[in-house]
Amino acid sequence: MDDDFDETSVPELTEDEEALLEEMPALTGVGPTRRTFLGQTIAGGLGLFALDLLAFEKALAAVSPSPGAAVAAEPAMENLVKVAFKVNGATKTLDLDSRVVLLDALREKLALTGSKKGCDQGQCGACTVLVDGKRVLSCLTLAAAVDGREVTTIEGLANGDELHPMQAAFIKYDGFQCGYCTPGQICSAVGLLEEARRGDVSHVTEDVTATSTRLSDDEIRERMSGNICRCGAYPKIVAAVQEVHSGRQAAQTWRYADEQQLARVRKEDADAAV
Amino acid sequence: MRPFKYVRASDLDAAALAVAANPRAKYLAGGTNLLDLMKEDIERPNELVDLNRLQLNEIKPLAEIKPSGDGVSIGALATNTDTANHPLIRQGYPLLTQAIVAGASPQLRNMATNGGNLLQRTRCPYFYDTALPCNKREPGTGCAAREGLNRMHAIFGWSEKCVATYPGDMANALYALDAEVRIKGAGGRERTIPIGEFHRLPGDTPEKDTDLEHGDLIVAIELPGSPFAKNFHYLKVRDRASYAFALVAVAAALELDGGTIRQARVVLGGVAHKPWRSREAEAALAGKPASEESFRRAAEAALLEAKPLAHNAFKVELGKRAIVRALLRASRLA
Repeated sequence: MDDDFDETSVPELTEDEEALLEEMPALTGVGPTRRTFLGQTIAGGLGLFALDLLAFEKALAAVSPSPGAAVAAEPAMENLVKVAFKVNGATKTLDLDSRVVLLDALREKLALTGSKKGCDQGQCGACTVLVDGKRVLSCLTLAAAVDGREVTTIEGLANGDELHPMQAAFIKYDGFQCGYCTPGQICSAVGLLEEARRGDVSHVTEDVTATSTRLSDDEIRERMSGNICRCGAYPKIVAAVQEVHSGRQAAQTWRYADEQQLARVRKEDADAAV
Repeated sequence: MRPFKYVRASDLDAAALAVAANPRAKYLAGGTNLLDLMKEDIERPNELVDLNRLQLNEIKPLAEIKPSGDGVSIGALATNTDTANHPLIRQGYPLLTQAIVAGASPQLRNMATNGGNLLQRTRCPYFYDTALPCNKREPGTGCAAREGLNRMHAIFGWSEKCVATYPGDMANALYALDAEVRIKGAGGRERTIPIGEFHRLPGDTPEKDTDLEHGDLIVAIELPGSPFAKNFHYLKVRDRASYAFALVAVAAALELDGGTIRQARVVLGGVAHKPWRSREAEAALAGKPASEESFRRAAEAALLEAKPLAHNAFKVELGKRAIVRALLRASRLA
């Protein structure tokens, strides 16, 4: 790592990096910010990571020096698609490279970074959003394919300052640790509620010919199995989803410390230090 | 991902023409497997023709699930979720419901279509690893799994060229239910293929999963009237309780006459390049009493010809036990 890393300095980019940045359609509009970030990242000694980001932006192929690559000569803006869709109630119109998936459009173009990129290949559920009310994986959905549809992300669940009941329940039950999978977990759980109301069945439904809209904890576990949590917050996630689903309220088992308690702890710490 | 042209087809004929005109074009439906493979640089289409943008009057018949003769016709563009939960399927073909919800995750089933599900490609890790040889991905390069780590691979029907398995669940039930796949050819002509002949064994051309021609479009899956709505069970054995591909899966269906088996269906998943229907097990069950003893004989018959690889001999015993268990559940003896 570079010990002299200064986050205000903009390091010199190589010719290749300059060319890449110029040709990246995904950066139009957010260019300077992203560009500075990339520069800083390189300056911070994370050059490999930055290059990986560039690869992820799908731009490497467009300027690849490899003469064998069939796509090398194609300009990056060739496959532009106009996409208009509603995100959390507001209509957005974007001009996108056809390769941009919904997750990247949300995060990189619309600055809605609540939806998370975990595996980027449909195995973790961190990118789960609702499209026309149904939970889907935004990493495997082309942005072009949601033209005319309504997308709801974690940012759109609350009603102003009033949290969605599922958000409130995740807090009440402490249904997360690091929080990375949480937006996907919550969007997934919101989708689950509607599926349960419809009487949809799951892999653990004993009799798929009968209709039931009451979910056991086992049902919730199975229905949330598309969302992986590496911290292992599963028991509390199940409790949170169960409370919202069943409407059976349990008492919260923890609360924020008040000022008095904080002062006492601070004093004890100070005393202990003496 | 490599650059591609994205086309919103307004009608089916235009979609078919667009794909037929370009050998590197592909149809896009749910995209759950295709986009994954494009990100991994395994599928390299330079044009995607999105079927979800068809006009409503064109898309409706493709996404519909409706009675047809004494059976049911399932639109190729209907999602897995809508199919599994449709009253006609849950009441008439509950084995299919069980198989669909055993696969993937709710999010993926909300996206995935029935046509795409049939066409999903193997999850053999060597197929996904572009640094290693794979005859399915790049014909003629060799099979890294044949002598590699092949715990997840085939015990039936494999060749020296390929030992991959077909990963799906839905198709295992469709094989048991004698489904037919309705195809619209590039020229507009429709034809049906019995599901048993839809997927191929690898042989010398493992790059071909099916015999479909370029431009062919699956429009529907036809289910005949079924005597298997009462006694059925889909059993899936995997490394974790959910959201994983099968080590072994069994689609079991029985038509019972009192305590006697009139006819049976036994289809194994996760053991071959296609769903593996065991006519041997079915023959061993026909006319026999529905009992654990009959089921054990059928299971022995089903696995008799199995040819395990270096790391998957366990699938032989697992397959037998899974068949017995599935049949016990189907006959409500367990």
